[in-house]
Amino acid sequence: MSAPTVLSLRGATKRFGGLVAVSDLDFDVTEHEVMGLIGPNGSGKSTTLNLISGALPVTSGTITLRGTPITALSAQAIARRGVARTFQLVRLLPSMTVLDNVRAGAVFGHRRRWGHEAEAHAMRMLETVGLQRRAQAHVGELTYIDTKRVELARVLASDPKVLLLDEWLAGLNPTELEEGIALIRRLRDEGLTIILVEHVMDAIRSLCDRCVVMSSGTRIAEGTPEEVLSDPEVIRAYLGDDEDA
Amino acid sequence: MSARDWQGLSISAVLLALAACLPLLGDDYYLTIGVTIAMYTVLATSWALFSGPTHYISLATAAFFGLGTYCTALGIENGLSYWMTLPIAAVLGALVAGLVGIATLRLSGVYFVIFTLGLSELVRQIVTWAQNVSGQKGLYVLTEITEAHIYWQLLGLGALVYLAGWAIGRSRLGFALRIIGDDEEVARHSGINTARAKVLLFMVSGATASVVGGMLAPRYIYIEPSTAFTPMLSFLVVIMALLGGVGRLWGPIVGVIPFTLLWEAISASFPNQTTLLLGFSFLVIVYLLPRGFVGLLEGLRRRVLQREAYA
Ligand SMILES: Nc1ncnc2c1ncn2[C@@H]1O[C@H](COP(=O)(O)OP(=O)(O)OP(=O)(O)O)[C@@H](O)[C@H]1O
Ligand SMILES: [Mg+2]
Repeated sequence: MSAPTVLSLRGATKRFGGLVAVSDLDFDVTEHEVMGLIGPNGSGKSTTLNLISGALPVTSGTITLRGTPITALSAQAIARRGVARTFQLVRLLPSMTVLDNVRAGAVFGHRRRWGHEAEAHAMRMLETVGLQRRAQAHVGELTYIDTKRVELARVLASDPKVLLLDEWLAGLNPTELEEGIALIRRLRDEGLTIILVEHVMDAIRSLCDRCVVMSSGTRIAEGTPEEVLSDPEVIRAYLGDDEDA
Repeated sequence: MSARDWQGLSISAVLLALAACLPLLGDDYYLTIGVTIAMYTVLATSWALFSGPTHYISLATAAFFGLGTYCTALGIENGLSYWMTLPIAAVLGALVAGLVGIATLRLSGVYFVIFTLGLSELVRQIVTWAQNVSGQKGLYVLTEITEAHIYWQLLGLGALVYLAGWAIGRSRLGFALRIIGDDEEVARHSGINTARAKVLLFMVSGATASVVGGMLAPRYIYIEPSTAFTPMLSFLVVIMALLGGVGRLWGPIVGVIPFTLLWEAISASFPNQTTLLLGFSFLVIVYLLPRGFVGLLEGLRRRVLQREAYA
């Protein structure tokens, strides 16, 4: 493998009281790849993203970004190093306009901007996600898909190098899904490294270079989408759960 | 600066100049009320600088105020000039606010409220204890400073607070605080150092309250812990700020003026009913004016504009 490793987890573990949500997880993500992180409900995917983004501290294990440990860093320090994320339940800034939501990313992210520069950059990001005409709208007026777009635009406005998407494609109708997949592909082509937590199989097949499959907090398989989705253990994990995939 | 900024600035300057003429009326009663209004305006506005965007309700105003009062009183007693004691009060207030902020701003919601209330009580107990040890009961603050001087000083400080608030509102710090108030998790994940932003603003409001306490010290003449650290002050500041509305810089003063006048009227005719007014105001704010007078005014304006748009 020639592409450098961007992010790696070694023995990452997260305990909530007696529950081990993520257990001794290892994986590497290489530059410019889309890595799928899949698994049945409750298998620890979101928790893994929370550990990487610094939303939650690890119980044990290490996480490194281009060889530098980020395990003990705060969420803001990790964000400034160019790791950005969306949330499974969309989080917007409710008192602000769409443009101000996106400016938040432009002003404080990995690259910091201010004034006209920040605003112009935020507008460009709104164009990227196809929302430039709603810039002055209040976020309360938006449809569900548009709230997802605003969140992605905010995240992109911070010029991330690594993007963590937590079920960003969930709940979209077929046309929106196609647009969403095309958008993520474009981001990858522009040089982003992406971890995609997803249940939508079409998206996983068409976007992911590689997948890590989790079940009950542990990694049960790793490989190309075709490989893992035909792995008997993976099928068992999914069917064993009451899962819509 | 935009045309609107200039307009706001000139209107504020005219109002300030008008307010500065109050002592020239030569009416002691009006001047006393003027000092009270100016004092609460400074306290409530600087309180709202921190609490407005972050939604952290601080009941520590009395702690900072008392700190400043004692700082000035002790400074004068030890031979410092009055004017030297005010910057010292500011630095001391900022330092204490910084320490308290670092220790407590991780606390959320009600825990922060309780802690700040406890802080005022704690500082008061410490001062009382220190006085008992030194065998003193209270302190005399004897200066040449008149009520009119105090009034003008408070106006000047008020102007500073407004300028600071305006500058913060346009700065990255102000934007960061608005984001924190909307969703702290998003703020952290956008790369904002949330703890630093909150502590900085808490220091601004702590320093301001401390200087106000210092400026008021000459008015008390004789100070003791129970007057300098009265918890009532913290509650009044919160109520007035919320009554006016903390979403705008000019919100608190809109609450301070009517409330102070009402308070004065009630304490003059029914001195025992002031607590009732306090409780009643809380109910009004919670049930009728969750966003204060400012929210009410803006709601009305929006409705009028909409009606015009449909007409
Ligand atoms: N903050 C928390 N406190 C306690 N338990 C938690 C917390 N967050 C997650 N869990 C538990 O950890 C386990 C893994 O949850 P997680 O959200 O990571 O799953 P997931 O793979 O993202 O599931 P889904 O596909 O439903 O989003 C679940 O049992 C969940 O209840
Ligand atoms: Mg999840």
